[in-house]
Amino acid sequence: MKPAIKRIIFIVILVGLWELGSRLGLWTELILPSPTSVFTALYHGFADKTLIWDLIASFRRLAIGLTLALIIGTSIGILIAKSKTADDTIGSMLLALQSVPSIVWLPLAIMWFGLNDKAVIFVVILGGTFVMALNIRTGIKNVSPLYIRAAQTMGSKGIDLFIRVIFPASIPYVVTGSRLAWAFAWRALMAGELLSTGPGLGYTLSYASDFGNMSLVIGVIIIIGIIGSIVDQLIFQRIEKSVANRWGL
Amino acid sequence: MFISINQLNKQFLDKNDQPTTVLKDIELDIEKGEFVSILGPSGCGKSTLLSIVAGLTSATNGEILVEDKKITKPGKDRGMVFQEAALFPWINVIENVMFPLKKEMSKQEATAQAKKYLQMVQLSNYLEHYPHELSGGMQQRVSIARALAMDPEILLMDEPFGALDEQTRTRLHGQLEEIWIKTKKTVLFVTHSISESIKLSDRIIVMGTRPGTILTDIKVDIPRPRREHKEDMLELEEHVMSYLKKEIDKVVSEELNHETSH
Repeated sequence: MKPAIKRIIFIVILVGLWELGSRLGLWTELILPSPTSVFTALYHGFADKTLIWDLIASFRRLAIGLTLALIIGTSIGILIAKSKTADDTIGSMLLALQSVPSIVWLPLAIMWFGLNDKAVIFVVILGGTFVMALNIRTGIKNVSPLYIRAAQTMGSKGIDLFIRVIFPASIPYVVTGSRLAWAFAWRALMAGELLSTGPGLGYTLSYASDFGNMSLVIGVIIIIGIIGSIVDQLIFQRIEKSVANRWGL
Repeated sequence: MFISINQLNKQFLDKNDQPTTVLKDIELDIEKGEFVSILGPSGCGKSTLLSIVAGLTSATNGEILVEDKKITKPGKDRGMVFQEAALFPWINVIENVMFPLKKEMSKQEATAQAKKYLQMVQLSNYLEHYPHELSGGMQQRVSIARALAMDPEILLMDEPFGALDEQTRTRLHGQLEEIWIKTKKTVLFVTHSISESIKLSDRIIVMGTRPGTILTDIKVDIPRPRREHKEDMLELEEHVMSYLKKEIDKVVSEELNHETSH
């Protein structure tokens, strides 16, 4: 049996059991709404376009935050890969910063920027930057010396060597760094929106929870999960695979 | 003299910061257009010597002159082929061969030049392929084309066929000989295979190990194509082996001593 078919059967059985439990009254709708209620809540959300506006707002913040995180992360990564002093100072600090969940910066961000988009985007940037920087550094440091020696015998050096050999040689790490940066940024975005103002998926989730609309809470959680796995599996894993293949890894 | 290596010494610091001599008093003169093999057991410093000629490694003292100019850094007058093809996986075959040409020619000229040398190694049908789609032998031919494309005076080859299977190696020997006759390059060819060096070169520099020194300089006077002179080749092989035997025994006994001392 194909894995895809196994997965579909698994999900059908899971949802079936969930619906059955709700119908038999094993738990109340307030504790765990039935799949039908969740579906209805999602349907209404999309019908009156609130969820669509939420998605657009969330993706806008993510796009801005992640783009900046990738740019800043790459710059820091190149700096610490190339300068020993920068690596000894900034590099060691990055590891510490990386172990701090970026959402803990939100209170500070709200003080600095106010309770708005900027504060959320700030934590998204912090979520993605460090892991990108660390991966870029590893990528550049792991470039095969053979490539560099070969390029040197062909007259390449300095900035030309970096642009034409060292950076492209570390592309597999750029891809992995981007995938991890996206994953951290996505989590930071949801956490930030939960505690901030709307519109946005996270905001709608906390709003629904305040009003006891558990069907919508579960609906939004499902949307977040689906988007996360689509981006990860359909986009990043495919790119990673084709890069690994071409780079002979 | 075209290439002249004078009183070259190379020392490395080992794990305990003790200097070890890798190359000792290397003296070698090479004429323009000569095909010279540097033959020796592993650890004799032959690859280090080639790397110094390439300008990738610096000598501790002594100097290498190419047309009376001292070598201090890599240059396009010396093309290098490594044991691994060292092609860049992110660009295709023709772009790899065009890599050294980007700065000094227009795109059209570079493309024409690259195609010319890819034809010479019989890979005209693989211009758009990526390195991972080629066999080891084909990759090595691309890397030969890439070194030739910048039209160097000297071609440095560091055990270029060492990682290939026997049949592929034999075929590439033939191709390399043809290319050398056609292009008149000066070739420095590092190898540990006696038969390979006899098959290809005008001169064989036999090196000994620890420290790396030149044991002897043998002129190969067998007319080409040499596969028609099997007996002469075998005879020479034994002559070369007589020099190498001692060296190989030295390496083996050292390794055994090393083993028992632990």
